[in-house]
Amino acid sequence: MLVVSNSPGWPEVKRQFFNREFFGDSLHTVPSAFLLNVKIFIVAEVFILALALVIAVMRGLPGPVFFPLRALAVVYADLFRGVPTILVIYLLGFGVPALQLSGVPKGELFWGTTALVLVYSAYVSEVYRAGIESVHPSQNAAARSLGLSHAKTLRFVILPQAVRRVIPPLLNDFIGLQKDTALVALLGPVEAFRQAQIDVASDFNYTPYVVTALLFILLTIPLARFTDWLVVRDRRRQLALGGAR
Amino acid sequence: MNTASPGLRIEDLHKSFGHHEVLKGIDLELAPHEVVCLIGASGSGKSTLLRCVNLLEPIDAGRIEFLGEEISAPGVDGNRVRRTIGIVFQSFNLFPHMTVLRNVTLAPRNVLKVPAEQAEREAEELLRRFGLLEKKDEYPDRLSGGQQQRAAIVRALAMKPNLMLLDEVTSALDPELVAEVLQVIRELAESGMTMLIATHEMSFARDIANRVCFLDDGVLLEEGPPEEIFSAPKNPRTQQFLERIIQAGRL
Repeated sequence: MLVVSNSPGWPEVKRQFFNREFFGDSLHTVPSAFLLNVKIFIVAEVFILALALVIAVMRGLPGPVFFPLRALAVVYADLFRGVPTILVIYLLGFGVPALQLSGVPKGELFWGTTALVLVYSAYVSEVYRAGIESVHPSQNAAARSLGLSHAKTLRFVILPQAVRRVIPPLLNDFIGLQKDTALVALLGPVEAFRQAQIDVASDFNYTPYVVTALLFILLTIPLARFTDWLVVRDRRRQLALGGAR
Repeated sequence: MNTASPGLRIEDLHKSFGHHEVLKGIDLELAPHEVVCLIGASGSGKSTLLRCVNLLEPIDAGRIEFLGEEISAPGVDGNRVRRTIGIVFQSFNLFPHMTVLRNVTLAPRNVLKVPAEQAEREAEELLRRFGLLEKKDEYPDRLSGGQQQRAAIVRALAMKPNLMLLDEVTSALDPELVAEVLQVIRELAESGMTMLIATHEMSFARDIANRVCFLDDGVLLEEGPPEEIFSAPKNPRTQQFLERIIQAGRL
């Protein structure tokens, strides 16, 4: 800290990135634009959690009858994990509205969010799948031996255990998604990053970028602590007296 | 035994995993209320046999009849069959994210559609009978091994099965916890439950079984009343197996 603030270039850095005056100014513009990021994030997350679960379950369907669905799930994950997110956003955000199909929404926000849902569902479905496969086969045998169907075994026995185990990696993807909401700006909507760009362009001072970065971090930290708390609470409940804690 | 008995009948059952044939043509019958113990070395096919009877493993050849129905026939709904056959595993396999009560009521409520209140009342009744009522709101990991295994037995009984399969249910327990579980099984036998029991507890088998079957390398080598098998085994492999057991001080 001291070394940095005593170095000869520090006043210049401070003026460019941590300027009190511009900081105050951008607090009037960036946080309200950041609300759009939060909105995109929340809407996308709800759909991702649902769609990813469907894909993960599809991939685990037993028997030769379901081969097409299993294959579809594999192709989906390969495809949307393989293509750069930014490309999917461009393809959907600029490509689909250009087709001028009737009955198909044209909003950039809609297509930007859809692109994020498609891409992140591929990642999250793999996280779910890892969780499902981490549940010991004896749990499946025990549930099936009681007469529960494959679907009910998944719902009551396998998925509740699987999801608990993958909460930390799920959070990883949540955070990735929060940050990638900034990519939707490429289609036009003015969210926090775009607003900061506008502010920077008018004053040639980079403080608004720092404000934006702070906002993203402020959103992430409570979420991280919340999931930590969830995991600990669950472990406490299941193990004798909180286990090794 | 009467051939028209509506118990369990296994005919020429074959089962392989890959190239390894685990069961090489098993024939076995169980009359209602009969208790049969399967003995034999680890890897002799006892567990696989039980899992096949419960349709947890598909069979390669042969047939299994239960209560007069060929349950191994193609197209039979395995879920329906498994409702009436309970199995208890060596490693308990309780659901760790549910309380004991919820473990026991899960299948009655969601498979048999018993109303929640009734399912809980019946579960509490069973838990009381097996000395677990005060543990009903605990999670399985907070129980001792013996308590967990008794809870697993209660969970299977809650489906009111016609047949119970016990797969080395005391093998994962500390020696001092074995007795409480064996006592539960003894009580079940006395209440008339039909049971097929794979076990390493020879003195228990001698005590409780109507018949003992010696399984060796996927073949049912010898069967008969326990006094006969344990004191005058005919097959040399059976003699060898029992000698080793006696040497190990397990009989």
